[in-house]
Amino acid sequence: MSENGQPSSGRRNILGAGAAAAALAIAPGIQLITTAGAHASGTHALASNKQRWGLLIDTSRCKTGCTECASACARENAIEPGAGRPAQNAQWLRKIELKDKVSGRELSLPMMCQHCAHPPCVDVCPTGASMQRADGIVLVDRHICIGCRYCMMACPYQARSFVHEPLHAQNPEVPRGQGCVEACTLCVQRVDRGQQPACVEACQASGGAAMVFGDLKDPGSEIAKRVASVASSQVRADLRLDPAVRYQGI
Amino acid sequence: MTAHIAYRELGNKSAFWILFLITAALAAAGLAAHLTMEHHGHVITGMDNRIVWGLPHVFAVFLIVAASGALNVASTASVFGKSIYKPLAPLSGLVSLCLLAGGLAVLVLDLGRSDRLIVAATQYNFKSIFAWNIFLYTGFYAVVGAYLWLMLEKRFNKYAHAAGVTAFVWRLVLTTGTGSIFGFLVAREAYQSAIMAPMFITYSLAYGTAIYLIVLLSACRIEQRPLGDEVLRRLKNLTATFVAASLYFAAAHHLTNLYFTRNHGVEAFILVDGGPITQLFWLGQVLVGAVLPLVLLLAPGVTRGRIVAACIAIVLGGLAQMYVTIIGGQAWPLDLFPGYAVSSSFADGQIHPYAPGLWEVLLALSGLGIAALLTVTALRLLRFLPERVDDTSLAQHEK
Repeated sequence: MSENGQPSSGRRNILGAGAAAAALAIAPGIQLITTAGAHASGTHALASNKQRWGLLIDTSRCKTGCTECASACARENAIEPGAGRPAQNAQWLRKIELKDKVSGRELSLPMMCQHCAHPPCVDVCPTGASMQRADGIVLVDRHICIGCRYCMMACPYQARSFVHEPLHAQNPEVPRGQGCVEACTLCVQRVDRGQQPACVEACQASGGAAMVFGDLKDPGSEIAKRVASVASSQVRADLRLDPAVRYQGI
Repeated sequence: MTAHIAYRELGNKSAFWILFLITAALAAAGLAAHLTMEHHGHVITGMDNRIVWGLPHVFAVFLIVAASGALNVASTASVFGKSIYKPLAPLSGLVSLCLLAGGLAVLVLDLGRSDRLIVAATQYNFKSIFAWNIFLYTGFYAVVGAYLWLMLEKRFNKYAHAAGVTAFVWRLVLTTGTGSIFGFLVAREAYQSAIMAPMFITYSLAYGTAIYLIVLLSACRIEQRPLGDEVLRRLKNLTATFVAASLYFAAAHHLTNLYFTRNHGVEAFILVDGGPITQLFWLGQVLVGAVLPLVLLLAPGVTRGRIVAACIAIVLGGLAQMYVTIIGGQAWPLDLFPGYAVSSSFADGQIHPYAPGLWEVLLALSGLGIAALLTVTALRLLRFLPERVDDTSLAQHEK
């Protein structure tokens, strides 16, 4: 410190150099935040509780053996089979084949995170890593997930996967991490850009058209009209979790 | 007026070093297993997306539950005024804290991101019973630590009763929290019951007292310190009562489930056709964990060897019970579509197999190692064990 109380020139230089270094270190982060902000503001506002994103799945149109939706999910989110046993691989979306034990009627349907209005995974998560956006999409904050797997114990749909091994190729928009729990995000990165989830797009492209995505709270949306006009049900409706995924024909 | 109790550290150096090396090796093996699992991921374990909690959780939850029960002797002395147990109370608090440390260590080292422990300590979701348990566990250390201090510091002995009552209430709440981790799982047919909490409390009484007795009998034998027959007779009867109560709760739990037709599947899996789960239930939890100790403890002509054998059987039965509860409850598939046979690439509708790998076995066993290492070291360095525990000296404390 100089006699007049001002930092000496030598000290000023050091401070200046430090500030420049700090600016250099922070700059890429600021750049990222700016890009993300521009992304969001350019296409979609922040998540709002005026919307509730959901899916309607018409099981009469879902073909046994067709896995277009599951493949598209894996491609979009860069989920690849690992080196371990199949039960250790992440599966955000899986096809379930059903056979009525009495009548023998057969059905096929996709199962993924049901984005419950009252999600048990969010309730049990000790750190708050499992969370729900205002628009109902249930996500995992990969920065504070400690990998305790309590949410996997609590999920009635077995929709969550634990990342059992190191990951290599990732989609930069869908960060994943070894030792964390993850699940279907409804392709939130696409939804925030005004696009449909990858599974829905793939189902339509394949001619199946078994999946409809949209805002359940918008009476003018196709999904809201369909839900209002045809019989649909929620899986394990007895638990009263109010899932955002509805199924027609079960 | 009660006589002054003289406590002394463990004096048998060779026995201490042998125990120290064995338990330290177990703890080190667990740490090595953790580092290997952290590097490669849980892919090298037998756990997967269906059996998400494996053998480390079996041992961790067992130790945490037993920790609460190990405080029994201290509670009986301070809360229920049975002053014959007063000289044995500090050891009870010590074993309790060491068991909890062993259990928590395994729980933490099995996390997918145990490097983020600071997150678990700073970010809380207060709707989560897991988050509550973090406070209950750390609070247990504070409460039992203070209780131990007040018991051992003569000037503050008069406050030991109040601290004992606090510790007693705290550990009941703690085990309620541990049982509720399972009781609050709405979709799992094997759990989702309020009985889980009181059942876990009863289990804790049996497991904790059994481990306490093993430590007490071993320490007194190694040190050749006299241990009275009367206090042992009371302790073994207390243990037998807790074992019988545990058996009653297990029966009530399964019989309640059997009353509801929707639970017949999972009950048949555990009780009849679950393979290793069924064997562990009947042979492990019921036969070794309850029937055998009851016979050993209550049949005439009981010896110290029989008491130790009974306590070891209770511990083995307790581990079997935790395996049945934790692994069995996950092995039974969730019923998403009642009335349908289901199949998928993600093992829907199938009973999930589980075979623990080497690393998780080492991690699980290290919980016992850490608890024993801490107990042995504390007994060597600090004065927890009375010089005399014979009936004459104990009678001086009984009012």
